[in-house]
Amino acid sequence: MWEMVRANQRHAATLVVVMAALLLAVGYAVGEAVAGAGTGGLLVAFAIWVVLSLVSYYSGDQIFLSLAGAHQIGKQDNPVLYNIVEEMCLAAGLAKMPAIYVIDDAAPNAFATGRDAEHASVAVTAGLLETLSRDELQGVIAHELGHVKNRDVLYMMMVGVMMGAIVLLADLGTRVLFYGGGGRRRTSSRDGGQAQVIILIVAVVLMILAPLIAQLIYFAVSRRREYLADACSALYTRYPEGLANALEKISRSTVALHSASRATAPLYIVNPLGASAKGLADITSTHPPTSERIRILRSMGGGAGYGQYDEAFRKVTGKPVGVIPAGSLRAAEHAPTSAPKAPDTRERLERVRHTTDMLWRLNQYVFIACACGTTLKVPPAYLGKEIACPHCGAKHVVTATAPTSAQAAAS
Amino acid sequence: MIFGLVLLALIVIVVLWVMSIYNGLVGARNEVKNSWSQIDVQLKRRHDLIPNLMETVKGYMGHERGTLEAVTKARQQAIDLSNASAEDRAKVENALSQTLRSLFAVAEAYPDLKANQNFLALQEELTSTENKISFARQYYNDAVLRLNNRIQMFPSNIVAGMYNFQMEKFFEVEAAEDRAVPQVKF
Repeated sequence: MWEMVRANQRHAATLVVVMAALLLAVGYAVGEAVAGAGTGGLLVAFAIWVVLSLVSYYSGDQIFLSLAGAHQIGKQDNPVLYNIVEEMCLAAGLAKMPAIYVIDDAAPNAFATGRDAEHASVAVTAGLLETLSRDELQGVIAHELGHVKNRDVLYMMMVGVMMGAIVLLADLGTRVLFYGGGGRRRTSSRDGGQAQVIILIVAVVLMILAPLIAQLIYFAVSRRREYLADACSALYTRYPEGLANALEKISRSTVALHSASRATAPLYIVNPLGASAKGLADITSTHPPTSERIRILRSMGGGAGYGQYDEAFRKVTGKPVGVIPAGSLRAAEHAPTSAPKAPDTRERLERVRHTTDMLWRLNQYVFIACACGTTLKVPPAYLGKEIACPHCGAKHVVTATAPTSAQAAAS
Repeated sequence: MIFGLVLLALIVIVVLWVMSIYNGLVGARNEVKNSWSQIDVQLKRRHDLIPNLMETVKGYMGHERGTLEAVTKARQQAIDLSNASAEDRAKVENALSQTLRSLFAVAEAYPDLKANQNFLALQEELTSTENKISFARQYYNDAVLRLNNRIQMFPSNIVAGMYNFQMEKFFEVEAAEDRAVPQVKF
């Protein structure tokens, strides 16, 4: 397991270096083309990168979570979800439990963020809680904790930020070049002669190509990491069918996730911006085709280890090289699948009710259990006022959160 | 002079090599210990939850005396043996799991009980604790396998022998027939 984390880190470190080199090259090119001062551009690019990286390292997770509109929850808000995360932490051997967030959105999806295993967060949408059974949800959470364990979240964030910086710089450069500082450029190139013209051409080509290259690298790595996290999910739960069923349900959903954008899309378990067609779209998509992920999980032949996942991956995709680093494969033992640990007894309707109740509570609604059996859900604006039960007419004074017996028992 | 330097370099390399293997072994052993304590926490939590459960179900299924007593007895046995070896504990804890499973199977026949919020919350807690035990055990067994591999495999077996590292025992899963949900006949 540790070999995999290390191989991942090496891979990611190479990637960070390549991206940084690309970023500096673009900075130089933009500086050279716009003002005839390459070194200045280099410094500006470096400064932008340092600032963005520091911001994303220390508060990137909070930015993502608030962009997604996520609320943090505790155990009493959703004991089942909380327990599943706790269970998967034990299976993954994570020392600290990540913070759990819920997004008030009907589209089923989930993501993990945070700079390392000690500062990780997992976010799921209300739609996911309503759609998935317990063992499917377990598969999804295990996938997310796989990202945390493999340190994917930090690198994806760092690389994502660099990609953003490259796109920004190149965009700025081309704008200035074609609409703004044209006059200044011409004088400077006439002074420098032949060499200057060549540098300028190279710079323009670089400015056009760099964002594309950066995105391709980013997408390729992001896809690979999705496969790795799927393999982790199978290993942790020892039940690949759970995640396969979950992916099937998520991809079948036609509801769009409102809070996702192109920038945050790679973080989610399934691309929230809709499934892209196979073919050319494949190279530019952040996620592997979901149908392929499901097929791999279902061809693991009764095993749940990395070895079985790698074999299934090669069989389904037809690629000669698998996704699991060789070191982990050598250390991988055969892990047989087991029955789902907790067959779900709750009906879909019950899950929907629990989830909506939780969201109401998160929005400070007050729950009042009337003696006639009705539960009144009162908006916070009525705090301190007296209301009558619509069924029996009994009067209730609305006071701040009175936990129900179920909540008290669970906490 | 040259010979001396080469010898010195060789000694330094060997010492560094032994050191890294030794550290790896200690790391693996600590991982085993740490993952065992995780199992321990969950087992204790289960012991603590059972009295609450008994209190809740008593009113509804008082005449299922046999089932209730089996759980209480198995719990007491498990608590008595909580300082015993991993093997012995595995045996009594597995017995406790089984009595709990039959209790929940019998509870299916009591619709009033199944509507009780308290019971549902406790059922979720106990099922989840059961899951946590089995996931922690899964990780523990993986950690034991990693340690034992190091102790047995060349070349780390030499260092393990020198510093007397002991192999650890697996926390065995109960036999397949025990895992099956017991049949309830009326």
